[in-house]
Amino acid sequence: MLGIVRRKVGCEVFSAMKFSLALRKVLPTGSALPMNYSTATKEITVREALNSALDEEMSADPKVFLMGEEVGEYQGAYKISKGLLEKYGPDRVLDTPITEAGFAGIGVGAAYYGLRPVVEFMTFNFSLQAIDHIINSAAKSNYMSAGQISVPIVFRGPNGAAAGVGAQHSQCFAAWYAHVPGLKVLTPYSAEDARGLLKAAIRDPDPVVFLENELLYGESFPVSAEVLDSSFCLPIGKAKIEREGKHVTITAYSKMVGYALQAAEILSKEGISAEVINLRSIRPLDRATINASVRKTNRLVTVEEGFPQHGVGAEIGMSVVEESFEYLDAPVERIAGADVPMPYAANLERMAVPQVDNIVHAAKRACYRSVPLAATA
Amino acid sequence: MAASAVVRRLSSAPLRDHRLLRPFSSTGSESTITVETSVPFTGHKINPPSRSVETTPVELLSFFRDMSLMRRMEIAADSLYKSKLIRGFCHLYDGQESIAIGLEAAITKKDAIITAYRDHCICLGRGGTLVESFAELMGRRAGCSKGKGGSMHFYKKESGFFGGHGIVGAQVPLGCGLAFAQKYLKEGTVSFALYGDGAANQGQLFEALNISALWDLPAILVCENNHYGMGTAEWRSSKSPAYYKRGDYVPGLKVDGMDVLAVKQASKFAKEYALKNGPIILEMDTYRYHGHSMSDPGSTYRTRDEISGVRQERDPIERIRKLLLSHEIATVSDLKDIEKEVRREVEEAIAQAKENLMPDPSELFTNVYVKGFGVESFGADRKEVKAILP
Repeated sequence: MLGIVRRKVGCEVFSAMKFSLALRKVLPTGSALPMNYSTATKEITVREALNSALDEEMSADPKVFLMGEEVGEYQGAYKISKGLLEKYGPDRVLDTPITEAGFAGIGVGAAYYGLRPVVEFMTFNFSLQAIDHIINSAAKSNYMSAGQISVPIVFRGPNGAAAGVGAQHSQCFAAWYAHVPGLKVLTPYSAEDARGLLKAAIRDPDPVVFLENELLYGESFPVSAEVLDSSFCLPIGKAKIEREGKHVTITAYSKMVGYALQAAEILSKEGISAEVINLRSIRPLDRATINASVRKTNRLVTVEEGFPQHGVGAEIGMSVVEESFEYLDAPVERIAGADVPMPYAANLERMAVPQVDNIVHAAKRACYRSVPLAATA
Repeated sequence: MAASAVVRRLSSAPLRDHRLLRPFSSTGSESTITVETSVPFTGHKINPPSRSVETTPVELLSFFRDMSLMRRMEIAADSLYKSKLIRGFCHLYDGQESIAIGLEAAITKKDAIITAYRDHCICLGRGGTLVESFAELMGRRAGCSKGKGGSMHFYKKESGFFGGHGIVGAQVPLGCGLAFAQKYLKEGTVSFALYGDGAANQGQLFEALNISALWDLPAILVCENNHYGMGTAEWRSSKSPAYYKRGDYVPGLKVDGMDVLAVKQASKFAKEYALKNGPIILEMDTYRYHGHSMSDPGSTYRTRDEISGVRQERDPIERIRKLLLSHEIATVSDLKDIEKEVRREVEEAIAQAKENLMPDPSELFTNVYVKGFGVESFGADRKEVKAILP
């Protein structure tokens, strides 16, 4: 069985090949489909994908510039902007002081004037210092000005939990930003996602919140020649079906896509064929793909790393209830981060973030293969 | 000497004959007059410009006319608000007109201005029309923001006016961002970010000032100090109300904001400075006759004597009237004619704006994005109201 998925996604038609676990460098994230034949495709890390996307977009459009803490001389706090200062100079790669409200506002002002800033937050936890500019100065301006002031800005940086960084450095902000009309919110998973979505974000005329994940930066993914081409771009607002299935739909974004794929593998051994959807875009949300999938499988598990209340899964569940109620054969299941600030101790942290087992159990519940147990205090 | 040499800067009406300049007046329409500002400028870490300002009769007349137009517009807005044609917030600028006008006299439309919510007159100064202003205030489709912004969100991007912002202080980093872009694109222009004494304590202001000074951005921060942040007098909000000094390492100038020539001189000086050296602060000592907004009578935290005192001693329009009369550029009745005409213009614009329709319901869903990719957006009941964002 080949893992070739061909999907027409907006402007791009591409094929994705899935390889065996042996090719993954860090965490096993691909499905273990036997490799029948493969062209010798390259593997790149998410970090390399982001770096090359930034490089190419800066090269293509002189109005694009990068601004943030340590993006220049330090080569990027997570080395995402490595080499860019040397290549483009200090006028286009700007190290800022630790003043998020100030530099985010300056970025938005520059976008008002017509430049295309990429503003990096060292983590999105720090974006809270600048959130007024993201929402009130950026997201709403095109509307309030009836189209006079557009804001072609990208706010990017790592989002969500890392490892052992504690409560103030671990929050996922996908639901917060996706709440706001006027913003676009993207959540890449693979290297292909990282390249295609960042390029799309930079080219997009609207403000984009680009939520990366620190733990994914070092992960390698195979990429085709098409992905590596400098004109490569992914459409905004289109999810990707990472793995086709028949019995239950699992939606996920960012790091959780990898977990969902692992869960799908485990489930397949027990006769449950799970369809894994990589959301890629939280706003706009690809309701069409999600609903089409649920209409096929009749069961849904939503997975996210962030806090459960008012989260991404809540929106997806409701969307499915609104549009595909008659197709549901089981209640929608929701897997999310624990409803507590992130603890430090390793055992507690493990309990605070969804694990592959959690996804497997939820899928089984949706398939009526197990009786839900009451949570223990 | 053509009377039609009178500059009609703010009105969209065609240039008309004006019997203002007497054929045998001692003051020619093109000759320069030198006027001293009311008080000398005070500098912080900078040598202030001279208090002798050059102007011309034409310019002085245009100041008088334009400020009178602004004054009339704001007073008319007061009535419209009271008759419930304007809703929500309405922050009026009467008393402060000399800042908007003096600034325009020193710069071009390629320079950028950004301000907070007391923005009607700034927009007019940047080339906005009366009809656009009144229509926007009344939420009609001919408004400068097509009725979707309201009082606090006037814009005129093509002539360098970037709004109209409701969040106190946010406009300052945005203004520094405009300056960043001007420098990046090597345009040789500057940005003026206007803010009040209330906003002067905002942290983001200092963050933006720090970056602007580090990167030598052509940003001019203009504190319109009308001495009250809503109901809080400056001595109650600011440990140091010397706002022109607050930049610390950034030089500043204190200016009598009610003297339009002083504002012009300071703005010209600041533009030259900023293009070469980076940011500078201008503190305009000014006053607003109205309360903070139409919901504030403006007399609970200040005395009526204070308000009428300023009106008598420092009113910017009266100042220019006295200049015009003393230099025999116009007579009392000439100026009254201008005021009558301005009044009529405002009334016409209001009538026109009142006729204008509210935006079409489909406009609820336009301009959310520049590029909506055909996604769906929803009304309150999504089963009833949905739209595709183009």
